This record gives sequence, structure tokens and C-alpha cells, in this order.
Amino acid sequence: MSILLKEISLRYGQRILLEKASATFPQATLTALIGRNGTGKSTLLRAIAGLGPAEGGIELCGRSLASLPARERASTLAFVTTDKIRIADLACEEVVALGRAPYTDWIGHIRQEDRTIVERALQLVGLEGFARKTMDRMSDGECQRVMIARALAQDTPVILLDEPTAFLDLPNRYALALLLRKLAREERKCILFSTHDLDIALSLCDSVALIDTPHLHHLPAGEMVRSGLIERLFAGEGLCFDPRLRSVRMRGE
Amino acid sequence: MKRSALLFTLLGILTLGLFVLDLAVGSVAIPLRDVWAALTGGPCDATTADIILKIRLLKAVTALFAGAALAASGLEMQTLFRNPLAGPYVLGISSGAGLGVALFLLGAPLLGIAGHSFVQSLGVAGAAWIGSALVLAVVMAVSRRIKDIMVILILGMMFGSGVSSVVEILQYLSDEAALKSFVIWTMGSLGDVTSAQLKILLPVVAAGLVLAVAVIKPLNLLLLGENYARTMGLNIQRTRTLIFLSTVLLAGTVTAFCGPVGFIGLAVPHLARMLFAAADHRILMPASMLVGAAMLLVCDLAAKSLALPINTITALMGIPVVVVVVIRNRTIF
Repeated sequence: MSILLKEISLRYGQRILLEKASATFPQATLTALIGRNGTGKSTLLRAIAGLGPAEGGIELCGRSLASLPARERASTLAFVTTDKIRIADLACEEVVALGRAPYTDWIGHIRQEDRTIVERALQLVGLEGFARKTMDRMSDGECQRVMIARALAQDTPVILLDEPTAFLDLPNRYALALLLRKLAREERKCILFSTHDLDIALSLCDSVALIDTPHLHHLPAGEMVRSGLIERLFAGEGLCFDPRLRSVRMRGE
Repeated sequence: MKRSALLFTLLGILTLGLFVLDLAVGSVAIPLRDVWAALTGGPCDATTADIILKIRLLKAVTALFAGAALAASGLEMQTLFRNPLAGPYVLGISSGAGLGVALFLLGAPLLGIAGHSFVQSLGVAGAAWIGSALVLAVVMAVSRRIKDIMVILILGMMFGSGVSSVVEILQYLSDEAALKSFVIWTMGSLGDVTSAQLKILLPVVAAGLVLAVAVIKPLNLLLLGENYARTMGLNIQRTRTLIFLSTVLLAGTVTAFCGPVGFIGLAVPHLARMLFAAADHRILMPASMLVGAAMLLVCDLAAKSLALPINTITALMGIPVVVVVVIRNRTIF
């Protein structure tokens, strides 16, 4: 299993977000993490990335997260955060090359093999011609792809992304989800990303993890549709989820 | 890559030229031929050789090291705090060093401590290190909790003002001799650096510069922010400690011996970015050191020709750069 959560509990201040939640995420699968704002999607991703605290056991590729040295953690898991990176004078290929950091020497010298990996990463996200472009002159969708290329260059079996579709327009959201799906299939990555796009989660992902405080439900996308769990997201809003159409409509229509 | 190689060569030649020029210019103009003779031990009269070797060489070497030191610490601060307006002067680190020096220069005579010149120099340096370390520790602690860059800048400025008030109180309480040595210090001068002080300044600044080079890769990772840096395997605590040490050694030592020299640390990294069109610290760090050394040599030449304190000149040269940076408002971080 690429990611294994064993009875983990998460807290934000005094508030309990998750209580003894367990789940497994295998390789070559794309999983969407959904839930209302403030239910702890980011906190969970940060905990898996080793950036935040969690009680219980988290294992990455069969090894306990807590016992993994920083360098090995960096070659096991890559994270795409919500931070907007727009640095003038920093070319795309330089950003992607930073992903090679766990493998380079003390000053970060990029060898020929690193350069090949960087080129391939840019190719995989469809930005071959962008190597020398700087990120302050690129669209949000293109920047998001650069950050994904950086994660690919880090050459890890696991990739986490925190709301990668948040700043994108509608066509770009689907394009990005398709890219993640392709990377999961073809590069055999275990990809877990948080999102608010219900349609993307249900129709393009292999499985869906839903935070229903303090539980974490993790089901294949089809089963999640039929489970009745999604309707609970809309409890008391005058809306309901139609599993047949996989979409949200007004109650009683 | 070719562009930066060419720029490094040109900058190297320029710095060397300025260094030699700095030896030739002064209250007595010495022809370049005699400067060369004095440096290489060739035929020239003893007075000229003395002026070059015992006075001007000390001063030029100080300018070289102090410029590189201030620029390197400025670059470290800007990347660490992800703030284009950070620098040892703006963040109050120089003020902290200044307060240390003030307490030592004005306070030591009150307590009846006065010693050998080397001990005196070490005391000034030590006081500056402690002062700058304290301020930097506070700034770093606050920046961990408050992410707003303006808060950090305002805090630095407030601290600077607070320090000047405390220093004024100290001046009011001090006797004439101590006061005089302190006022001369505040004017900032490369000329008063003695060979005893240079014995502390050179190795300590060199150590600070080595540390600055050692954090080049961590600084590059920090360009993407702390979260990215950590998930790429960076030990953030170790990096912060190294940058902290480096900055205290660089900015603290220079402030101790040359007085509060402003704007070099803030402006030079931006000049290096503009010249090299780079964000990679493998280029920016050596580029900043070179530009810093060259710029302080230019400032020293101007200060000598116009008989003005050096921090007046550095401010006049640095402020336009800062204004351009603020107006262009490019995303550096």
C-alpha cells in the first residue's frame, strides 16, 4: 500500500477533525478527498506529508512516516501546496529542477540525468515549450502544471495535491483532473488530492475519500455515489444529491 | 549560463580595478605605478609604501569584505523572510549591533573597563554580535507566528527608532571621551579599521561568507516557501540556524568595525538580480558578494573624494535601487 492510515486522529486546536480513521490508498490510483470547508482536508494532507501532527499510524510504502528520515521521505512523497508561486527570473525548468533536490549534491548541481528527468516531467504535463518561460508570465493553469511537473521530477511513488483545481476555470479543472488520472495510470503513482469539484471526484477518480466529521469514508467512486454519504454533505440545505444523475438538485423537484 | 560567465568576468575585473583605484585615491594622490611598486615591493619611497600598505590597503580590504558581507546577509534575509525589502539595516539587525556597541563604548568607561586595543576591538565585536543576534532572534520568532511581511518591516523600523532613543540617553550620560569615540563610530567609516581589528574582521567575515555559500541550496528551496522546502527534504531548523549564524557574523561584525552602513544589504541583491536576471542563489550569492564589494569600493572612493561619512554615500546610492524595486513591484517571492 502506498499510503496506509491506521486509526489516526486529527485535531485543529480543540476541535476534533478525525477520530481513529483508517484507510489505504494503493499505487496507480487517483483519489479525490472531499468534505466541507474546515473539516480537515488540508490538515489530513499535511499530516500525511509530515508537515503537521497526527495521532496514530501513518505508513508510506510500508514504512512508518515518523521513522522516515527527511531525505527518504522526500523521495517517497511529493506535495503540491496551495501556495501561489510566481517568481520573476525563475524559469519553469529551474522550478521543476528544484524537485531533484533530494538527489542532488550540497549546492544542488543538476547532472545530465537530472536534466533528462526534468525534460520528461515537463513533457508529461504538456509544457515542453515552456522550459525557459518564467512563472510570472504564465496562466494559473500553466503554473499549476509546472508545480505538478516539479512533483514528478521529485520521482516519488506518492503525490499529494491540496486543491489543485481551486484557481482554475472550468475547462482547465477537467484538463487538470484528466492529467492526474493519466499520471496515476501511466506512471503508476498513488495520487491523493483535495477538491470541491464533486463531478470531477465522482466521474474521473478511481476512489473518493469523504470526511464526514469525525469519520473518513473511503470507497471506489461508483460505490460512493450509491452509498448515500454524499447526500449528507447537503443536509439541511434544501438540496439533494441524485445518484442516478450524479449531480445535485433542489429537493422535491 | 554564458551571460552570467561574461558578467562574472567583467564584474571581477571591475572590482579589481576599483580596488587598485581605491589604493591610489586619497588625501594624497598616488600614481598607479607607485601603487603597484608598493604592493609588489618594487622601488618607491618609504612614505608612499607606508601609506599604501599600512593605511589604504587595510581600508580597501575592509571595503571588499564589508561590501560582500552586507550583500550576502541581505540576500539571506530577503529569501528567508520572502521579503524584497528585508536587509540587515531595515530589519533592525544593524541597530541591534549598534546598541551593543553603544553599551560597550559608552558603558565600559562608566564601569571603568578599558583595555588593550585588541581586547577593546573584541569587546566591540562581541557586543555587536550579541546585539544583532538578539534582534535577529526576535525578528525570526515573530516571523514564525506572523506571516505578514509588513509587520516584520515595521517591527524592524520601530526597533531601530527605539535603539536610537536608548543610545541618545546613553550619550547624555556619557563623558566626553567615550562620547567622541562613539559619535565617530556612528558616522560609519572604513578608515578607522586598525590592523588589530582587521585580525578579527577578516576571519569572522570569511566564516560568515562560507556559511552563506553553504546555505545556497536551502535558499533555493526556500524560494518555493517552507512547505515545499520541507517536503523536498530540507531540515528547516538547521537552515534557520545556519542563516542566523551567518547573518550575525556578517552584519554584526561589519557594523561593529565600520559603523552602521545602510542600504548595501538591501539594494545589492536587487542589483544582482537585475544584472544577472536570475533567481538561482548559485548565481545570486556570488554575484551579490561581488557587486557588494564593488559598490562599497565605489562608495569609499566617493566618500574619500568628498570627505563625507560612508553611510551618507551608501544611502544615496542604495535608495534609488530600492525605489525602483518598490515601483516595479515584481514578484520576487
